[in-house]
Amino acid sequence: MSVLERKLNGREFVVTAELPVIDGGGHAEILRQLEPMRPFVDAFNATDNPSAHAHSSPLAVAIGLIRSGVEPVMQLACRDRNRLALQADLVGASMHGIENICCLTGDDVTAGDEPGARRVFDLDGIQLISLGRSLSAGRYLSGRALSPAPHFLIGAVENPGAPPFEYRVRRAAKKALAGAHFLQLQLCYRPELLERFMHGAHETGVSASIALIPSICILRSATGMRFVAGKVPGIDVPPEIVRRVEQAADAEGECFEIAYELASHALSQPGVAGLHFISFRKDAGIAKLCTRLGIPPRVERESNGYSASVAV
Amino acid sequence: MNPAGVVARIEHAVKKPIWGCEMCGQCVLHSTGLTCPMTCPKTLRNGPCGGVRANGHCEVKPEMRCVWLNAYERSERLPLWGGHIDDLRPPVDNSLRGTSSWLNLLSGRDRELPPGWEHRADVGP
Repeated sequence: MSVLERKLNGREFVVTAELPVIDGGGHAEILRQLEPMRPFVDAFNATDNPSAHAHSSPLAVAIGLIRSGVEPVMQLACRDRNRLALQADLVGASMHGIENICCLTGDDVTAGDEPGARRVFDLDGIQLISLGRSLSAGRYLSGRALSPAPHFLIGAVENPGAPPFEYRVRRAAKKALAGAHFLQLQLCYRPELLERFMHGAHETGVSASIALIPSICILRSATGMRFVAGKVPGIDVPPEIVRRVEQAADAEGECFEIAYELASHALSQPGVAGLHFISFRKDAGIAKLCTRLGIPPRVERESNGYSASVAV
Repeated sequence: MNPAGVVARIEHAVKKPIWGCEMCGQCVLHSTGLTCPMTCPKTLRNGPCGGVRANGHCEVKPEMRCVWLNAYERSERLPLWGGHIDDLRPPVDNSLRGTSSWLNLLSGRDRELPPGWEHRADVGP
């Protein structure tokens, strides 16, 4: 059983983070990216061609993370693989001891730098969750036996900030029904929408059946903020937030403040199971933000206990 | 042309102008607010995805309203089938493409699930 699964089962607060994409540099590059945030993070996401840009594959990076002594969450998107390739990657992941899987439909190819690529979407994100459950039950989709059955902690994503807002909690419930145990939520720059989602999930009991983990991104500049606002599908950044960074004397400091405000707000929501951090540069941003939020390093959380409600 | 082909042609002639039918051969219109999910550029059977724009338009085709936003809103107005939008629809069987979903409904072929599929009970009637 993975550390993430054990902690989620025990309702312990979890910290996950996105490992920046790996292109060149081999295993040393993974270690270099990991180092500054390592003490705080329970599991690292190995991303799958984020925003439809090709990078080192999630399976290869997840194996690299295990070799580095940390726990991976392997993302798997439906955009680039049919059901054969998805099953092959899941079974292959299990062979290397990768248990945490995050199932995504995936941004469309038009979001990336290969808009002429063929989009696959043979399955959708919810069907992929269910496929993971089928494999865990010892059968390929065709019914062929898979023995011994692999063990997975299946998770997925959900976007509280995309219409139809009132349906997103039901969609989260559908993912729980399909077999997902956690949801890493899309970045949300409209706190009122995250609030609506978290309260809705709390009131309907959804957050009791699936762990909800809001995401926080640490940006560095107005250019970065404009990229997220304009180019990343499904993320709506209010113009006043973009202006705040544009007009700040210290844009990096202002971005950090915004991340801190959003993270504090997320921690104050009912049913928050942890936080997921994204930082595109290999620096100590995530460690600094955790410290400011009062989230102790992993070892300290494990020995002394920590819950989000204590922090706010 | 064989009789099955004739039926498929008639079905397409009826459903294409109304729903933009893509002849997937396993129609789920009743559970998707009478909105064809195969007109979603990602052909999702369990949408909407997380890429819906703030104005409710499609991530892939900015000029088009999200197919699944339409499906959800219409399902809310369907007295009988409305709740079926929450059904977990199984993967598309691509071998049925181009065949008549009417005939596949009669024969039960459209309700055959992949043998390893875990969610027999959740597919809905």
